[in-house]
Order: sequence, then C-alpha cells, then structure tokens
Amino acid sequence: MPAAAHSANAPHESPVAPGTLRRAVVVGGNRIPFARTGGAYTKSSNQDMLTAALDGLIARFGLQEERIGEVAAGAVLKHSRDFNLTREAVLGSALSPETPAYDLQQACATGLETVLGLANKIKLGQIDSAIAGGVDSASDAPIAVSEGLREILLDLNRAKSLPDRLKVLARLRPKDLAPDAPNTGEPRTGLSMGEHQALTTAQWKISREAQDEIAFNSHHNLAAAYERGFFDDLVTPYRGLSRDSNLRPDTSMEKLATLKPVFGKSLGAEATMTAGNSTPLTDGASTVLLGTEEWADARGLPKLALVVDGEAAAVDFVHGKDGLLMAPVFAVPRLLARNGLSFEDIDFFEIHEAFAGTVLSTLAAWEDEEFGRTRLGLDGALGKIDRAKLNVNGSSLAAGHPFAATGGRIVASLAKILHDNGPVDGRPARGLISICAAGGQGVVAILEAYSAPEGR
Amino acid sequence: MTDKYTQFVSHGIGKDLANKLGLPQPAVLRRYKAGEPLVPGPVLVLGNGNGRTAGSDELAAVLVGWGLDVRRAALPKEKLGAIILVLDAVEHPDELAGPVLTAAPSLRDLAPGARVVTISRTSASAANPAVAAGRQGVDGLLRSLAKELRAGATANGILLGDGAGTTSPSTLGALRFFLSGRSAFVDGQFLTVTSGSGELAADADKPLAGKVAVVTGAARGIGAAIARTLHRDGARLVVVDIPAAGDHLAAVANEVHGTALQLDITTEDAGRRIIDHAVERHGGLDIVVHNAGITRDKLLANMDEGRWNSVIGVNIASQLRINEALLGSDQLHKTPRIVSVASTSGIAGNRGQTNYAASKGGVIGMVRATAPVLAERGGSINAVAPGFIETDMTARIPFATREVARRLNSLQQGGLPGDVAEAIAFLASDAAAGITGEVLRVCGQNLVGA
Repeated sequence: MPAAAHSANAPHESPVAPGTLRRAVVVGGNRIPFARTGGAYTKSSNQDMLTAALDGLIARFGLQEERIGEVAAGAVLKHSRDFNLTREAVLGSALSPETPAYDLQQACATGLETVLGLANKIKLGQIDSAIAGGVDSASDAPIAVSEGLREILLDLNRAKSLPDRLKVLARLRPKDLAPDAPNTGEPRTGLSMGEHQALTTAQWKISREAQDEIAFNSHHNLAAAYERGFFDDLVTPYRGLSRDSNLRPDTSMEKLATLKPVFGKSLGAEATMTAGNSTPLTDGASTVLLGTEEWADARGLPKLALVVDGEAAAVDFVHGKDGLLMAPVFAVPRLLARNGLSFEDIDFFEIHEAFAGTVLSTLAAWEDEEFGRTRLGLDGALGKIDRAKLNVNGSSLAAGHPFAATGGRIVASLAKILHDNGPVDGRPARGLISICAAGGQGVVAILEAYSAPEGR
Repeated sequence: MTDKYTQFVSHGIGKDLANKLGLPQPAVLRRYKAGEPLVPGPVLVLGNGNGRTAGSDELAAVLVGWGLDVRRAALPKEKLGAIILVLDAVEHPDELAGPVLTAAPSLRDLAPGARVVTISRTSASAANPAVAAGRQGVDGLLRSLAKELRAGATANGILLGDGAGTTSPSTLGALRFFLSGRSAFVDGQFLTVTSGSGELAADADKPLAGKVAVVTGAARGIGAAIARTLHRDGARLVVVDIPAAGDHLAAVANEVHGTALQLDITTEDAGRRIIDHAVERHGGLDIVVHNAGITRDKLLANMDEGRWNSVIGVNIASQLRINEALLGSDQLHKTPRIVSVASTSGIAGNRGQTNYAASKGGVIGMVRATAPVLAERGGSINAVAPGFIETDMTARIPFATREVARRLNSLQQGGLPGDVAEAIAFLASDAAAGITGEVLRVCGQNLVGA
C-alpha cells in the first residue's frame, strides 16, 4: 500500500508506445469556500488562496513532500508580480519543492483548460501525476498606474541627467495620477460581460421567470448538497468560512422576482437580468488532483473519473455574429461528434452559470432547428437536455464565480457525482462540462466515471 | 510552554521571593526528548525483606540490560534518577517497613525530575486479609509519597494482576513510561498489568513504527498534540475533525504527514467511513484515539435538551457507535488498540458539567466493558483522564479561577496537551498490551477528587 520511494530523479512510469494513450484519472479535488468580493477574503491574495487550496488537497490525499509531475493553475485578475503565481504557491505548500509548475490564463476557462492540458500530458506519458487549479480575487485586484504616468516613469528611468529628468517630470499632469482599475469590459466593444449577455438573452427571448428558476435551483441544489455532506471531501474551510458566502438556502422565486434588473436596462421592459440571476464578483481557489491509474493505486488513492476529451471554441462577438458567451454552443457538438456521443449518452450536465441567461441561451440554441442546421451544420436541432440532469449540486449562481477557480470546482464535483452515481445502463456514467469565457471563448469537456479497463 | 508564574519562580529574584513568601514553587517538568537518558541519574532498586527478592533481582537485571546505572543500596549523597520499590512479594503490612524506610533517606537525594515507582500486586487478587492489607497499603503509601516529592519528581505505581510479573512486557513498558519524561504530568497514579502479553519496541524512540492510527478531534489542542506525538513515535496518521475545522485539520495533517478526513463523528456511518479511509489509504488500521469532545457547561437547573444531548452525542454515543463498527470489522490489523479521552470531571465531578461528566463517566464505563471483548481479538482499550491542561479552552477560564485550578495539584501547575498525548501514545503501543480496561489520570495528582 505505501508509496514507493519517490526519489527526485526517479523516472516516471512506462513510456507510451506509439499509437496508445494512457488514461488520466481524476483522483479528487479541494477548494476553499467561495466568498463574495469584499467579504471574508478581502485581505487574501491569489497566492494565499491558491496555497490554501493546495494545502487542503495535500492534506486530504497525504501528498506531503510528494514530487508531483506538474502543477498548473492561473488567475484572470493577476498582479504583474505574480508572474510565477503557481510555482510560488507550490513553494509555499507542503508539496516537494521539486514540483514544477506553470501559469495558464484563458479567462473563465482557465481552470478547465489546466485540467485538460495536464490530463493530456498524463495520457501521453509525460507525467504520472498533476494538480490543476485556478484562483481569483476581485477584492485584491491589481490597480495599475495610468498609461500617461507609466510612460513618464519609464522615460524618467531612461533619462541620464538632472535637466533631462526635470524635463520628463514637467510632462506630468494631474489626470496622470488617476489609477487604472481593472474592469470586466470587453476591450473591443467596451461593453461589460453582463451587457453582452443581456443582448444575447433578449435575442433568444429568455424570460425573467426562467432565469430566476435557474438561480432558485442553483441555490437549493447547492444548499442540499452541503446539507448531505457532499462537499465534506471537496471543500476545506478558509478564514472562518466553511460554506460559499453567496449561497442563499432560503431564497425563493418570490424574493428573486423582487430584484431590479441590473444589465440590459437600455432594453426597457425586456430587461430581465438581475443580481439574483447573475453571478456576483467572487474570491476563491480550487484544485484538482489528476494521475495515472498506477499512480493512484500505488498510493491507495481514489479513482473517481476519467478525463475523456475536451474542446475549445470561439465566436465572433465583436461584429455581433454571436453572443459573447455562446462559444460552448459550438464546442459541444464538435466534442460529442468526435466521441460518437449524443445528449442521450450524457447523464450529468455542468453548464457554468455565468448568468442564468447564458445557460438558457445555450440550451435554446441547442434546441433550435434552424440554428442547428445553419450554424452547427446538423440536420436539425442538436437536442434538448433533461433539466433534472443539469447542475444537480448547484453551480456558479449559488457558489459564486472566482473566474479561474470555477473549472476546478466543476471538475472535482462532477467527478464525485459520476463516481457516486455508479453505472448507467451497464456503462460508466458520463458528464459534460461547458464553460464560457471572456473574449468570446468557451471550453467544454467530457468526464466519465472511472471503471477498470477490460481484462483487469 | 510552562506558564509564566512557573517561569518566574524558577530563577533568580522570583525564586528567592517565592521562597521567602512561602508561595508555591512549581518546577519546570522533565519532559521526553528523543536521545535524552531515560532517568536523570542512577536507579535504586529495592525489594522487601532484606532488599533483595526474586522479582527485584530479575527486574534489576533487565534495567542493567537497558544500560541504566542500577544500585541495590544507596550511596551517601549520590543524586538518584529513580527509586523503584519492588513490593510484589509483600504479604503483610509489616513487610512494607523494610524497603520503605530504606528508601526514605534517599528521597532527599532525588535529582530534579526524578521518579519513584512502586511495583506491587493488586489487592483484589488476595484472599488473605493480611496479604490484601499489605498490598492495599501500597496504594495509600504511594499516593501520599507523591504529594511529598518536589522539583518535578513524581511517584507512580504498577499493580500486577495474577497473570503478570515484575518483568512482564507491559510491566516493563509501564515502568519505562513512568521513568521517562513521557509521564511528566502523571503523578500519584497506578496502572494495572493483567497479563503477560505485549512486547517492548525494538526502537524505544519509535514504539509505533508501522502502525496506522486514527485520531478524532485532531484539528486543535489535545487532539493535535496526540497526532504530533503518535507521528513522532512512528505511526502513520488519519486525522479526523468536523468539516468546519478543516483548515486547522489540514495544517495538522500536513505537519504529521498524514491524511485529513473531514467527518462529523456523530453521523451514523462514521465508523465505516473511518475504517474505509484507513484501509484504502494506509492499508489497515491499528490504533483509534477517541479524542473528539465538546463542553456545553450549565448548572443542571438551567440545562436544556440541546446542551445535554449534544455533549452526550459527541463525547460518548459516537464512540460507542464507532467502536461497534470497529469490533464488527474484519479489516483491523492484529492487536487493535483503542484509547479514549475521558476527564477527571468524569471521575470526581465538576460544578456546571453534569452533561460533560456524564459523558466522560460513560467513556470510563465503556472502556471497562469493552476490554474483555477486545481481548478476544488480541486488542486492548484504555482511557486517559486529563486534569487541568493548558489549552485554548482553559485559557478562556477567568484568571483567578484558572490560577487556582492550575495550582491545585501536586506539581502545582497545569499540564500540557503533549502530556496527555504521551500517555495515549504509551497505551496505544504494543508495550502496553497487558494493560486494558484502565483509566490513567494525567492530572499532576489533582487534589480534588479521587
């Protein structure tokens, strides 16, 4: 049972013969509870939170002093000083300091992309174990000096003599002293993500009530999952918080209906997006432990699910061809086709709730005959999903959405759901993850409950 | 850390002042550190009769084998590390005078942190009144002597049942524990050895090497100290606490290179989940330490159902349920050991703690009744009852009450979480296999209660 001695230079397991791939197993995950921005984690940096999430994972799986194949994580709102964020978090954790790490950034898809990239390395035989993750703090967001001040400071540094320096400083104007705070607006359109989604929500004629229902279900499903102990081995408390602070177990359709629209107000009566059916800014971090079957077995670790496949897509939202957050609409049919699957073969759907409108617009596009024919190149609609299979333990509307941490949250939770569910019709349960991201991007993935390969 | 008062009166002006005013002068206790000698000087071994009995001769030979400097008679003015009174052959109160009065002058020559240990037979096993009187006399003798010792020296006794002798493995194990710094805050107490089973560790500094141990309530305080001590002694650890304490639990797990299991022990399937985790991750389970406990103090007149039930539920009902799962499992390793944390409140009572004392008294009852069941599969179960221990919990007691509580014992100070942990680590070791159904107090010989 005990791990084989793991010397720093021990080669990893058998290399992969050409044409064969190993399987990448989700062993488990850990995250800290997500906190609404300005709340419990106001004074915590991205590095603090990512380190805490890593240390919880290490404690859960006994990985102290272990040299992990590679750790990849990232943050969307990132300080320039955090150029080596993940490596620094590893050095601050209980892992072996000989564990390499890299940072990755793909907006809200960051977390899922780290899982896919590392799973691919495992499948290829490059590494035997990996930790994927993500973190974000909108509380401890970077604030930059203005572009004018930045240029003056750089010129000042280059100036050789005192008169030259004075000349440079003379260019300074009061407006240059105003700091440049980050915003969630799209650089090419100037519209915030919420305003973009408001256009898409209106385009697909998504009702206010349908959106509130998604939010209501998210809160109730997440609260129920906490109540039955589902998160006992997925979440480690942090800074006095043991559950997501955005969670409102007692919310109701009536309460949600009282909220005033905050996005798409220019649409007048058609404005449907409120603070209740949109995710708030959130702080948090998540991690996922991946490995080969042999690596997990050697340490007596669980094997929850397999990372089957993933797909990225992007849309031209700049010219208004598609909505900003609609890229998964295109990624999912490509992923399903490549794996010879349809919606019928999927038992759990995890569609990231950036906004309730995003989920509903995505489902509407998949259910639309004409869209299926003209845009997805299918014979008709991609299909309708059974809502009972959607975000069964809640999603971002209830948990919150620390951008880069959402992928890890979903992968670890889905892996546990699949494992707990057992086989469906004699085959392992399958789950589909769909995450939209800024810049008109989206990343989607398929996980499958772990089952021993044939002949073992 | 030793408390501030003890530090103050241990040196310089503080020491002089305390002397002149007749204030209590608690000593800095001799605590275990790997590599340090077992005792701080030569060991005087005395039997009854002429000071030499078969039992004392055999024991002295073993101690010489341990590398100890053994004396069969005291040298004038020589500082002694320990005095061992081997009284297993006492058959009449008259026979106590020889060894006791021989040892008496040497009490002045004890080194700081020295030990007095008696080894005698249980009075319950004697049918003859004179034999029983002689044996029971040792009880009063030892408890009184413990109160007379100074400078961190302690006195404890080993009682031999019919199945045990002076060199039985657990007699030697208990003797080693009492002689060493591991028993720093154990004073005026007895441990009964009932059988000849058990074996001393090959490596005295790693007595739990290769064992898998579960500690509940391990996120902080005494539980965290237990985890650290078991880890130091070589065990691999599963640390358990409620999910809300998970961050502290993770820190402990990472410190002791164990695995963290966030689990409410009052859930119905807690026992099975603990076993599954230990078996899957560590290949089995040897030791379970029931440490998790809560207090919800109120005078009984003001007690509500919630306070009463939660204390009973966490402190004893959960242990009963988990033990049932453990005993019903075929996945435990050979010689399973269970150690429960009781409390002196459960023995002597404590105002405002009817619920807590009921739960801790319950622990003691459970331990006694479980011992024979566990013995059938080669295991053992014992309880440790801490007295005043310096923890975050006792730090919240108002200053004056706390100061009185911590001085009201023979060592005139509170114990440390590590002191409780040392007793638990000993009872969890194979050297203690011949000790079962026992309650060992770690209280510095608290003057209140038994």
